Amino acid sequence: MGKTFAEKVLGKAAGESVSAGQVVIVEPHFCMSHDNAAPIWGTFKKIGVDKVWKPDHLVFILDHAIPAPTDKHAENHKQIREVVKEQGIRYFYDVTSKGGVCHQIMCEEGFALPGLIMVGSDSHTCTYGAFGAFSTGIGRSEMAATWATGQIWFRVPESMKITVKGKFKKGVSAKDLILKIAGDIKADGADYMSIEFHGPAIEEMSLAERMTLCNMGIEIGAKNAVCPPDQKVLDFIKPIAKTDEWEAMWADDDAVYAQELNYDLGDIEPCVAKPHTVDNYASIGEVKGTPIHQAFLGSCTNARIEDLRLAADILKGKEVAVRTIVIPASWSVFRQAMKEGLIDVFLDAGCVITNPGCGPCMGNHEGILAPGETCISTANRNFKGRMGNKESNIYLASPMTVAASALKGEISDPREVL
Amino acid sequence: MKITGKVWKYGDDVNTDVIFPGKYTYTVSDRAEMGKYALEDLDPEFTRNAQAGDIIVGGKNWGCGSSREQAVTCLKVRGIGAIIAKGFARIYYRNALNEGLPIVVSPEAVDALEKGQEVTIDFDKSEIVTAKGTFKFPPYPDFVKGLIEDGGLIPHVKKSLGL
Repeated sequence: MGKTFAEKVLGKAAGESVSAGQVVIVEPHFCMSHDNAAPIWGTFKKIGVDKVWKPDHLVFILDHAIPAPTDKHAENHKQIREVVKEQGIRYFYDVTSKGGVCHQIMCEEGFALPGLIMVGSDSHTCTYGAFGAFSTGIGRSEMAATWATGQIWFRVPESMKITVKGKFKKGVSAKDLILKIAGDIKADGADYMSIEFHGPAIEEMSLAERMTLCNMGIEIGAKNAVCPPDQKVLDFIKPIAKTDEWEAMWADDDAVYAQELNYDLGDIEPCVAKPHTVDNYASIGEVKGTPIHQAFLGSCTNARIEDLRLAADILKGKEVAVRTIVIPASWSVFRQAMKEGLIDVFLDAGCVITNPGCGPCMGNHEGILAPGETCISTANRNFKGRMGNKESNIYLASPMTVAASALKGEISDPREVL
Repeated sequence: MKITGKVWKYGDDVNTDVIFPGKYTYTVSDRAEMGKYALEDLDPEFTRNAQAGDIIVGGKNWGCGSSREQAVTCLKVRGIGAIIAKGFARIYYRNALNEGLPIVVSPEAVDALEKGQEVTIDFDKSEIVTAKGTFKFPPYPDFVKGLIEDGGLIPHVKKSLGL
């Protein structure tokens, strides 16, 4: 009987053959923390250990609220800089032009690697599965304990196999696929499971599209989500890998799955997740014409160069009807967008561009909503109050749908403006 | 261990943003202060009136969304005795055990309970006693029992390191 991806990676780390349901204790490779490295440090100190287990396994990336919007945030950042100095943390991305959204940096900078076990004190850590890593989000106490001991327990998850074939029609992208999956299986549809994306359409997808899919694994309850570490991944990571301890690993053909789903991209339409849950699917036709007050193109889900190109194609030579906030996922994405003239396209269209980071995604700054306002967003969560006000509404959509909606000031079908 | 408390009841998919809003995640760092914002975007009545010893009853997928541990801490410091739900999102499940907040999965008990009723959780017998009957729940797996007995992950790690 074959093994799933999760069984193989966790088994290798545990040094034994393991199956779903078993508990293993493993040493993770990179451990990512963002602005919450400061409170984690506070918890770490309570343990009574002086030094973190391996300083080069810790990666700190400031992104949640940068540059600091309040004195409290500033104090938090200051403490992180002190910890970096005291503990000799080599991988630190401060408020600098080398930085950006933590998950983007982890992937761009060669931390996200095939076969590595990675943890992050952020739920969207599952994004690194796009590069074949076993990566998952954990809480603050757990990260503090991992810094101290270098060990973490995992229950080897059951796996869900999602096989994807076909080609996207015009105006449709990976975000529409993952919103459709969320609508189909609901917010707990993959609870505790490892999602494996298989099939010819996944092979065809860019790494950016795979990141969008894996990023939202958490929105359907998954422990991790992963795509095959194929040649596209290897070509990307080999020149930039931060360690040579990676290994391309994939599920056996006869692995046993708890659930199997099949999708044909040709069946996927532009869509949204309506307020206030990610699984509240609606096809674009059902919500077309809903007035909006803000459009947000950003976040760890959809702010890569590929996403900005799709949005810019729609905005080029036109003007937005509502305030539109564009936040590239990293400064290297920002620079690339400048080179390609996309920044000019956005500015000419009337968009506002802010520095790479999480922006308004979780209600910290740079685009908080007022009561009664509606935002269409490329981010990953539309929970009540998520963007800072519980009397506001968030619709989640693809970069193309957000751009098309920004032009009209109401939720719009991107196929009509392409 | 046995705890008895008054029920606050909620539905499915209660996410960590409504339990502890994101806007407070870096402006409120004092543990005790986190309690003041518990469930602010879900139920302001709870935020105002919840008492130590009260028990939260939720539907499926309690605590989905962000990994923010404050969504557990704010309830723990408020003195919430336990959460009974039809299911928990996985990061929340771990965070609750790590913070030493008892959580119990029992769809039957959830359906039997209403807001304001009294409920007793007997952890030794693995049962929940309600006005509509007594319901068994699965005991914690062995590997997390140590965590619970030690009062959470940090005390557990200290003990295992001999500190």
